[in-house]
Amino acid sequence: MIDVLIVGAGPAGSVMAKEMASRGFETLVVEKRQEIGAPKRCAEGVSGHGFEKLGIKPHPLSIARKIKGAILYAPSGKAVTMEGHGMEGFVLERKVFEKDLASQAIKAGAKYMVKSLAIGMEKHGNAWRVRVRTIEGIKEIEAKLVIGADGVESKVGKWAGLKTVNRITDYHSGIQFEMAGVNASYDYIHLFFGREVAPLGYAWIFPKAFSANVGLGILEKAAKMRAYDYLKKFIEEHEEIFKNAQPIEINAGGVPVAHFTKMVADGVMLVGDAAQLVNPIHGGGITRAIHSSIMAAEVAEKALKSGDLSKEKLQEYEKMWEAEYGEKTKKLMKLRSFLEKLEDKDFELLADILQGEDIYQLTQAKLSVLIKKLITKPSLLGLAKKYLMD
Amino acid sequence: MDFKIYVDESKCLYCGGCAGVCPVDAMLLDEVRIVINEACIGCKLCIKFCPVGALSMEGEND
Repeated sequence: MIDVLIVGAGPAGSVMAKEMASRGFETLVVEKRQEIGAPKRCAEGVSGHGFEKLGIKPHPLSIARKIKGAILYAPSGKAVTMEGHGMEGFVLERKVFEKDLASQAIKAGAKYMVKSLAIGMEKHGNAWRVRVRTIEGIKEIEAKLVIGADGVESKVGKWAGLKTVNRITDYHSGIQFEMAGVNASYDYIHLFFGREVAPLGYAWIFPKAFSANVGLGILEKAAKMRAYDYLKKFIEEHEEIFKNAQPIEINAGGVPVAHFTKMVADGVMLVGDAAQLVNPIHGGGITRAIHSSIMAAEVAEKALKSGDLSKEKLQEYEKMWEAEYGEKTKKLMKLRSFLEKLEDKDFELLADILQGEDIYQLTQAKLSVLIKKLITKPSLLGLAKKYLMD
Repeated sequence: MDFKIYVDESKCLYCGGCAGVCPVDAMLLDEVRIVINEACIGCKLCIKFCPVGALSMEGEND
């Protein structure tokens, strides 16, 4: 019997593997795909500030582009630039980034299996027996602790009796072309807002070394067509940017922008997308995924050492998460519910009154900035009401 | 079952997002294949989610 079986070798899974293996626990990671890091389901952007806080220094080969900040576009095209301290970031090359994280875990002693799909698990005494379909046939692996790092479609959570189903009202439908020949500033990420652009979401251009991720996320309840159709329309309507651009890859995925709080069961912990740990405003998930694994590992170590892997013992991880992100996530959910009420003309008003720094404060859940701005002019009263009426 | 969710392989990008909204755990992203089992209740949430319109209910033109 091994100590830890991790299902999924994305950023959450591999960071968990490194954390556990380096603490001396026998750790195995199973990944259903034949290649770690591909195909991506992600725009690959991360904030430099977020990574710094977690002490993560991506390998130079994992960084496709360093960026200075973000440019936000209201439906009319009016732009607000966010740059300066705290707003820098990276666009990663996830195929490299995730292999680097896996390599670090392997260096720490973790074992890996690829093209290995977990197909079910049962409790046997104090252990979980997990069936894995591998290239060499079905294997049964016994582990004291199972980590569900298996993404939005998490099975581990469901097998352990946790409700990990995403509600369609909190689950963006995402689509993306990685394109070559995109004519935009490669020093910034570009975000486009508007009901007709990406209903209840946004469209993005994230520049990489030779290409750019061009995509959008929408919520089904406000959409008139498929995410794919919105993306085609977005590209057609920005001829100046995409006249010479061609796709070199196509990606899709679900983005769980909810606030999920049940992340453990007896002998089971969920990390990253499997626990729906995504920033509810911008939908970024890499930093939260990694942070969740760092916290989960701390709790897992104590639990394994004490021999008590009960839900109650593992709940300390939920408490740690709540202490760090609970209040912030609640505020960002409130901000999101405000943003969901906005019409295109409201975005124009906001573009007039908000500076890049204000928007940065908002993304940091400092919401007082917004109301201070909204009460400055009588013409903004309607917006202030939308914000206050919840 | 008098209905069946159909996956258009020419459109599916194997992102597995559909499996993330399935309320009865009837869908599995098996690397490059979407597998749907008999637990399906025909709620069509997966069809609503699919970014490229690869899913439909058999006999319907969704």
